Amino acid sequence: MSTQLESKPAGVGSDAAELTYREAINAALEDELESDPAVILMGEDVATAGGVFKTNEGLSDRFGRERVRNTPICENGFVGVALGMAVTGMRPVVEIMFSDFLPTAGDAIVNELPKYRFMCGGQCEVPVTVRSIGGATGRFGTQHSATGESWYMALPGLKVATAGTPDSAYSVLRAAIRSNDPVVFFEHRGLYGRKGPVRRGDDNIAAVGDAAVLREGSDVTIVATLLMLDRALIAAEQLAENGVDAEVVELRWLRPLDTESVRRSVEKTGRLVVAEEQVHAAGWGATLISQFAMEGFEWKSRPRAVSLPDNLLIPYTPELEDTVVPSAERIADEVRAALK
Amino acid sequence: MTTVVETKSGADQRTGWYRRMLEIRLFEDKVQELFMQGKIQGTTHLCQGHEAVSVGAVSAIEARDYLTITYRGHGHALARGMSMVAAYGELMGRTSGCCNGVGGSMHLTDFSKNLIGAFAIIGAGLPVAVGAGLSAKMRGTDSVALSFSGDGGSNIGTFHEALNMAAVWKVPVVFVIENNLYGEYSPIRETTPLDDLAERAKGYAMPGVIVDGQDVDAVHAVVAEAVARARAGEGPTLIEAKTYRYRGHSRTDPAKYRAEGELERWKLRDPIVILGDRLGLSDDERKSLQDEVQAAVDAAAVEAEQAPLPTLEEIENYVYAA
Ligand SMILES: Cc1ncc(C[n+]2csc(CCOP(=O)(O)OP(=O)(O)O)c2C)c(N)n1
Ligand SMILES: [Mg+2]
Repeated sequence: MSTQLESKPAGVGSDAAELTYREAINAALEDELESDPAVILMGEDVATAGGVFKTNEGLSDRFGRERVRNTPICENGFVGVALGMAVTGMRPVVEIMFSDFLPTAGDAIVNELPKYRFMCGGQCEVPVTVRSIGGATGRFGTQHSATGESWYMALPGLKVATAGTPDSAYSVLRAAIRSNDPVVFFEHRGLYGRKGPVRRGDDNIAAVGDAAVLREGSDVTIVATLLMLDRALIAAEQLAENGVDAEVVELRWLRPLDTESVRRSVEKTGRLVVAEEQVHAAGWGATLISQFAMEGFEWKSRPRAVSLPDNLLIPYTPELEDTVVPSAERIADEVRAALK
Repeated sequence: MTTVVETKSGADQRTGWYRRMLEIRLFEDKVQELFMQGKIQGTTHLCQGHEAVSVGAVSAIEARDYLTITYRGHGHALARGMSMVAAYGELMGRTSGCCNGVGGSMHLTDFSKNLIGAFAIIGAGLPVAVGAGLSAKMRGTDSVALSFSGDGGSNIGTFHEALNMAAVWKVPVVFVIENNLYGEYSPIRETTPLDDLAERAKGYAMPGVIVDGQDVDAVHAVVAEAVARARAGEGPTLIEAKTYRYRGHSRTDPAKYRAEGELERWKLRDPIVILGDRLGLSDDERKSLQDEVQAAVDAAAVEAEQAPLPTLEEIENYVYAA
């Protein structure tokens, strides 16, 4: 299925192929289904027509409809089923069609997956990956546009991951599936068509918990996830034209939160802008900033956040959706303000 | 739908059931006592009155089968062969407990016995049992899963979601509802439009069976048949065991909401007495079994209490596998 292109972009490795984010997800799923018979994929319509967002193209043909299994519409129920499978020798990957539907699996994700191993005194492992597809910019309206990334980061026992580039999509998803702990892995629908170099292979499985520096710079640190990461990279290019050298850190894991990598970056730059497609309150951006505040970190200028408005929801209205969701320009503006 | 059954189980096995039911009954009395002494804290949900459901159903599965139970689970766990020391240790929060003391009364879990979960969230165990059954099937084993839930639990979404998935995928799983006529303080009539919860099976195209939950022979026979169906690849069954809890919902509940005489009427059909009569046990035999089990209960509580508490360093390792 993979689209092998000739181009060998720098930075990811000489054997990288140009894949879309969607193809990278597909490749990660295919490679994990291939390498471990305990891995299965389940969710609503995952086995038909490649899944609702075509991330699963070819997988049910190749691995069969037992291992790539359509479920009834019952998120709490089938995440619970995945848990039962995980503690009896399997390694399920569950797809949630829209992150807005995650709360319907609230009990399974908040009370069962993260607490299970703990409550039984460490008797079991819970290798469940919940792939949650979300994000604005698709004109899907208020109930189909959440990223949801920060909702679950306050839960010890869970791991929370995101991917903002095709290569992260591949390597972080593979790491999530291989984790022996439950992981909620967030994908952004707005990135599915985005192309980028992906190094496909067992040597490109991300380390759990590690952030990645995707662009080095010395003036300011931009920390971002998902679509905001993509926009932060664009903003960094625009800024570079004006002589501003931004470092861009993809957070990748919100739990465990890689404060160390961010610290290494801000120790160099002294300035921080977090870019997040979520309200600032109770999110990873606020958590990072609060940790540095408690440490008494000495900034060259105060940390800043580009976030969703605190008292608004995502509208359908296309023009207004574009206003509400932070753009690359807004990220660049915030960086300029930090440098003043 | 009521099933009248001839027991095929042997006298030795049934004497074992008698003893196990007695163990559960006396275990629970002691829990109350240990509470008063402050050795057990928090809350507990005693299952006295349900003993025949626990023992009848769990005796119908094999060691290789999976079991999910509830917060009212002391009887389920003991029926599965958990030692009283492991159970008391857990209630006391000590390392003699099956979960090293971190789980407590509502989470008696023992993976070595395929008792893979004890749930304090109503309905949460049913999908997990479906997952275990589905996994057993996909891995090519003939293990089945047995899942307990309550009458109140048959109103929550996961109950229906689990039955639906089990039926549509023909999962080897047996669902047992312990219908004790109350969900917490609410009588079933106030919350549920059916008297016979086995009727709910119809909506999921699976057999629904009502059984007398005070009759251990009947419970065993009905569950054994459902387990055989599941093992033969014929899919899930919903069993409703009509039973009654003798105590309040939880420790602090004096159960004042029950109708006058209701408890006394149920006690006339006590599951332990019913089996004792069928086995033809004399008063002396019953008394000596009672003394023997009481001594074991007392000794288990003392032994459980000797163990140290878990440390923070230990329990930190329970959060993540890696
Ligand atoms: C989701 C959820 N809601 C509410 C409760 C509080 N609660 C604990 S037990 C119980 C009653 C359950 O009744 P039933 O299923 O009949 O079981 P029983 O206690 O009678 O054995 C309730 C409401 C809970 N534990 N979980
Ligand atoms: Mg009840």
